[in-house]
Amino acid sequence: MALTLDINGKTTKVNAAPDTPLLWVLRDEVGLTGPKFGCGIAQCGACTVLADGTPVRSCSLPISALEGVKITTVESLGGDHPLQAAWVKHDVPQCGYCQSGQLMSAVALLTINPHPTDDDIDAAMDGNICRCGTYQRVRAAIKDVASSASKA
Amino acid sequence: MNAPVTPETLNTGTTRRELVVATSVVGGALLVGCSPADILSMGSKVKIGAFGPFIRIAADGGVTVICKHIEIGQGSHAGLAAIVAEELDADWSKVSVEQAPANAKLYANAAMGVQGTGGSSGISNSWPQLRLAGAAARAMFVTAAAGLWKVPASEITVKDSVVSHGPSGKTAGFAELLPAAGKVAPPAAPVLKDPKTFTLIGTDRVRRKDSRAKSTGEAIFTQDVHLPNMLTAVVAHPEKFGSKVASFDATEALKVPGVVKVFQIPTGVAVVAETTYAAIAGRAALKVTWDESKAWTESSDKTAANYRDWAEGKGTLPAKLAWAAFDTRGSADSAPQGKVFEATYDFPFLAHAAMEPLNCVAEIGGGKTKLTSGSQSPTLDQINTAKIVGTLPGAVEVETLNAGGSFGRRANFQSDYAAECVHVAKKIGKGQPVKLVWTREDDMTGGYYRPLTHHRVKVALDNDGFPAAWTHRIVTQSVMKGSPMPTKGIDETTVEGTKGSPYLKATPVVDAQVLIPDLGVPVLWWRSVGATHTAFVMEHTIDQLARLAGQDPVAYRLALYEKAQATRHAAVLKLAVEKAGYGQPAPVGWTRGVAVHECFGSVVAQIAEVRLVDGKPKVGRVVTAIDCGTAVSPNQVAAQMEGGTCLGLSAALFGQITLKDGVVEQKNFDTYRVLRNSEAPTVETHILASSNAPSGVGEPGTPVIGPAVANALLALTGQATNSLPMVKA
Repeated sequence: MALTLDINGKTTKVNAAPDTPLLWVLRDEVGLTGPKFGCGIAQCGACTVLADGTPVRSCSLPISALEGVKITTVESLGGDHPLQAAWVKHDVPQCGYCQSGQLMSAVALLTINPHPTDDDIDAAMDGNICRCGTYQRVRAAIKDVASSASKA
Repeated sequence: MNAPVTPETLNTGTTRRELVVATSVVGGALLVGCSPADILSMGSKVKIGAFGPFIRIAADGGVTVICKHIEIGQGSHAGLAAIVAEELDADWSKVSVEQAPANAKLYANAAMGVQGTGGSSGISNSWPQLRLAGAAARAMFVTAAAGLWKVPASEITVKDSVVSHGPSGKTAGFAELLPAAGKVAPPAAPVLKDPKTFTLIGTDRVRRKDSRAKSTGEAIFTQDVHLPNMLTAVVAHPEKFGSKVASFDATEALKVPGVVKVFQIPTGVAVVAETTYAAIAGRAALKVTWDESKAWTESSDKTAANYRDWAEGKGTLPAKLAWAAFDTRGSADSAPQGKVFEATYDFPFLAHAAMEPLNCVAEIGGGKTKLTSGSQSPTLDQINTAKIVGTLPGAVEVETLNAGGSFGRRANFQSDYAAECVHVAKKIGKGQPVKLVWTREDDMTGGYYRPLTHHRVKVALDNDGFPAAWTHRIVTQSVMKGSPMPTKGIDETTVEGTKGSPYLKATPVVDAQVLIPDLGVPVLWWRSVGATHTAFVMEHTIDQLARLAGQDPVAYRLALYEKAQATRHAAVLKLAVEKAGYGQPAPVGWTRGVAVHECFGSVVAQIAEVRLVDGKPKVGRVVTAIDCGTAVSPNQVAAQMEGGTCLGLSAALFGQITLKDGVVEQKNFDTYRVLRNSEAPTVETHILASSNAPSGVGEPGTPVIGPAVANALLALTGQATNSLPMVKA
């Protein structure tokens, strides 16, 4: 039984069983490998994508719950998103494996809260583990974009 | 020489002279003394262009630097490329980076003799090699231009990939000169730049080349490899180290849609499926009975208790186990009269827990033997693969991808997870690609931990409050078991950091010994290796001694550094003191802690500002000073200080793997707590000006924060920290 999902604005038919977590459908069936497998239990955030704008852990979200929901992955940002530009400017990534998830959490944060406080950033980003320890540059890049937005 | 690389011959490695000669000769000349058979036996076939194994210049003049080291996040690809670009005077904005194939002859680490990334040696071992390679290529362009323009080579300059002759006004880009330059014989002894004239190295222009690809999802990791007809495998592993498969029932597993095959391999039972999720689901449905007759069943609490007893001289040592002295000086008869300090320190096992769980892709059969993975030791993987497949290492093609972190885990003498993938792919055969995926639970419970370690320290102070006699006992496993690399006498990684400490050098009487038991728990290097525990013990002990002596911890250290002639330690500490404003009171509510440690050729000093929130340490500003010789990329040195500090703080605050009757109790990030964004400090990095060759950067930032925080807590509460982690689960 095929399900129909809205992934990055495209209507996409997928053949996986309804209980399959979104992450594996994105990666193994749709070919979107930006969202990463890190823990499988919604603890690390490497698999973060947006569901109707809200950051979700795709490793633990069955596709059966997602019909009619707009799913957005890092691939949809296009490369020139202000946060991506800030990520490059600050050389945020080290190994890079968690960064797709970090970016999607940051995108969701700034979309609803263009001028986050430090506490807002903590709350929004604490679900995304980075073992390389890029946290301070993640914060700097988010603040950079937020302050540019306030000047605009 | 030029014998095939086997574990037996690896000890010889490549001599420094061989490397200098090999790297001072570029182009086809590199093959002199190295027959095609040798190349085949030592690594994959590599097409070497006119500018040698490290540099390729395209028809459009674009420069590609071929990096023999893997990029695991440490940023060395940018630094390696910058070394070449500097000597070549290439346009940095048009320099790109490519990962070298596995080839021990061409791409050995000068510090190892095999191709390997580790020991914080990427930049330092490549420094002379890539400078020579860049300078040789530059000279070829200069010679070509001089010939074409009929002008003296000495009047030619190169800047940003443009070759110019001032007097005649002639200029030409690399692209234009490429046909002629490619035919010039490389100079036997290329002339290197005076470092004072560097225009790229040491500047903020040396930035990562991969930040964009890693911000768009385009960067490819092993986990992202999808090949036509590829199968995915997960393996059911035993829950106790050393168990074997007794029997298994695949009936239910084979009913899971997408599961293709279930079979036994040496490390467990492989479930092979069309997709990752099917493989994981298939494994969940698999029933395995394990033979635990030879399994490791000890609890880590018991191991730690044994270590403490042995260090105290209680109980009987297991057969063949004996203490070994690693630093002995002075006469114990000259027993001092002053105050005596005694302490013990306990450190747990630690998992590396890199963000990308372990994985590998293998294609075996049908005339093909290929691995695709992010390995720190690709030529060891070639050897281990060749043994399983029954071929020569040179017949094993290795494609090295980015690794999603590693911290030492992807440098394994047994190639454990890669070998497991090869076993599965061999059984599947016909060259069909198989991706082995370890789940987080496999990764965390799969062993190869930082060893559980115990230290026992007794220090007698002299009348001025300085150490007069230092007794030190360390109990820890060796990470070098099964190593093809030279280990004469004691495994140095068990004692490094205590051995060589300026504090021991400044002490007249020293009795330092190590006990190295063999456990059934596999252990491995973990970012900064021995320093993960020795730095903590030495630096936290010194602060306690300073308190006992009634002295300021910075002044106390500086006095000891003077006694030990540890000028680099003194210099970084003074720099950190100045930048942290140590002479002024700490910001209200914060308490400072100091620590200094040397490892991998670099010395790091940190002054951490710490406060207690709900009784738990919160770290704010961390002023870091490092002497790493020439900093090729100051930005990436800072990144490594920031990241190393986070990993070290994560371990100090939260990190521990425990075993209950041999079963690892932490399975995932819900029980193996790691540092999160709101807990991360703000690290300020200050690099000591130096004209020395580069030294290590990837690891030295890791071990200093733990003792710096412990020392702040000591100042704040008067309580020492005698076991890690600080925050108990």
